[in-house]
Amino acid sequence: MQKLLEIKELTVSYDHEVVLNDVNLTVHKGDFLGVIGPNGGGKTSLIKAILGLVKPSKGQILFHIPQTRIGYLPQINQIDKRFPITVLDVVRSGKTDRRSFSLFAKQTEEIAHAESLLNEMGVWQLRHKAIGELSGGQMQRVFLCRSLMNRPELLILDEPDTFVDNQFESELYEKLKELNQRMAIVLVSHDVGTISYYVKTIACVARELHYHPSNIISTTQLASYNCPLQIITHGDVPHTVLGLHDKHQHDHKHDHEHDH
Amino acid sequence: MSTIIDLFRYDFFMNAFWASLFAAITCGIVGTYIVSRRIVFISGGITHASFGGIGIGYFIGMNPLLGAAIFSILSGLGIQYFTRKGRLREDSSIAIWWSLGMAIGIIFIYLSPGYAPNLMSYLFGSILTVSTTEIWIMAALSLVLIAFFTLMYRAILYVAFNEEFARTTGLPVNLINYLLISLIAVTIVMNIRVVGIILIMSLLTLPQATANLFTHDFRKMMLYAIGFAFLGSFTGLLFSFYADIPSGASIIFTLVLLFGIMKAVSLLQKRKKRIDAQTNAA
Repeated sequence: MQKLLEIKELTVSYDHEVVLNDVNLTVHKGDFLGVIGPNGGGKTSLIKAILGLVKPSKGQILFHIPQTRIGYLPQINQIDKRFPITVLDVVRSGKTDRRSFSLFAKQTEEIAHAESLLNEMGVWQLRHKAIGELSGGQMQRVFLCRSLMNRPELLILDEPDTFVDNQFESELYEKLKELNQRMAIVLVSHDVGTISYYVKTIACVARELHYHPSNIISTTQLASYNCPLQIITHGDVPHTVLGLHDKHQHDHKHDHEHDH
Repeated sequence: MSTIIDLFRYDFFMNAFWASLFAAITCGIVGTYIVSRRIVFISGGITHASFGGIGIGYFIGMNPLLGAAIFSILSGLGIQYFTRKGRLREDSSIAIWWSLGMAIGIIFIYLSPGYAPNLMSYLFGSILTVSTTEIWIMAALSLVLIAFFTLMYRAILYVAFNEEFARTTGLPVNLINYLLISLIAVTIVMNIRVVGIILIMSLLTLPQATANLFTHDFRKMMLYAIGFAFLGSFTGLLFSFYADIPSGASIIFTLVLLFGIMKAVSLLQKRKKRIDAQTNAA
């Protein structure tokens, strides 16, 4: 399968404190990778390294796609909700490689693209509103549109399920499943139970990264990955096992999958 | 009592008129950025740090505004740099520059031989004594700001709204930040003569707060803020002339009054909308 990016022996540290140690990970076309791990375990640092927001102290990241084709949805609490900006301008801010920043530049194509994305997410009618007038779910949809503005081949989402209601959460994951047919997705979440319904593979990040090539993971495995997470199970899934038993893929596979 | 038209025959009044117009343009634009980005406190630090330059200006016999310009640009860049590179918390960094500038100013004014003329006008502003040269500099600054904020509009907006995301889209975030801090510093210095160091923050925040009552769109906020700033400073200028009170304070007072009136207007507008919606629904 076509590789989109390769992370090799990546180490990230802040003030000599190592937050990520010797991490290896390859993201392929079509991947839907769930990144889980305890708070402060380095999930966000991993993403920031991929996006070039933090400098690795060791190792490298090889990109097989242009970096502008990586879409990014940051944590929503980073955003100043009272900033005077319209929804349409927020979406347009996702566009890179623009030729002009001028207030008067004609960018009909860009506007049409932004509006079609808003339409796809069902928030087109809000386009002239201020971002602060939206509900959490609506806002998250707008930010998802922004991350899709460059027609990404890889979409990275940092905890998109915080501050949104349950209904929007499941809508969001359904949407991501649909988007996954067009692009690879890396999804960071603290809600292991929910994401394992949707993701194809899992990476546990707790200073080190353990790759788990399946969406089914047990507490024992989590413990062996040094990833002590509270497991929330859904329905009648045994409480020691995460993930949905997908009939096509995982009939008898949930006990042992090894990281590379 | 002379009519307003008669006043325009006087050179000093014409200068004051142009000063209030250019103050409105420069503070309207820059203030919208400051308020949106929540860097009012940084701007306060830059403003007060510039007093150090005024003191040194007096001491070595240079134009105090030139000294103020150097000090405010250095303090603006200094606050940004130390916060980013050093491990100093931003508000502490601001407070240090703020008080250091004031201290240097006080020391050098004390050391300057004789009486420091116009000292009060730097602290509290004196729009009626703004010189023609200063008007031309303010006009040039207005042009620079209009050009910069128009041509770079999207870059400025996106960096201000979400700096980290802007970085991922490849925008030169640090360069834009440093440029804008320098423009803020120059704007502050050129408006010191109009309302003074102590009062300038209000010209950078009050018209914007008033504009924000009616719009949440960055570009409209800049336009409305310029309008409200001009209305406030020109009315304040007239008020100070007829009532014979200090112009800086008079302008600020008018701006607050304008905000109060517009707040009432916007509340009435909202109420009318609500009632209309109710009648339509019924």
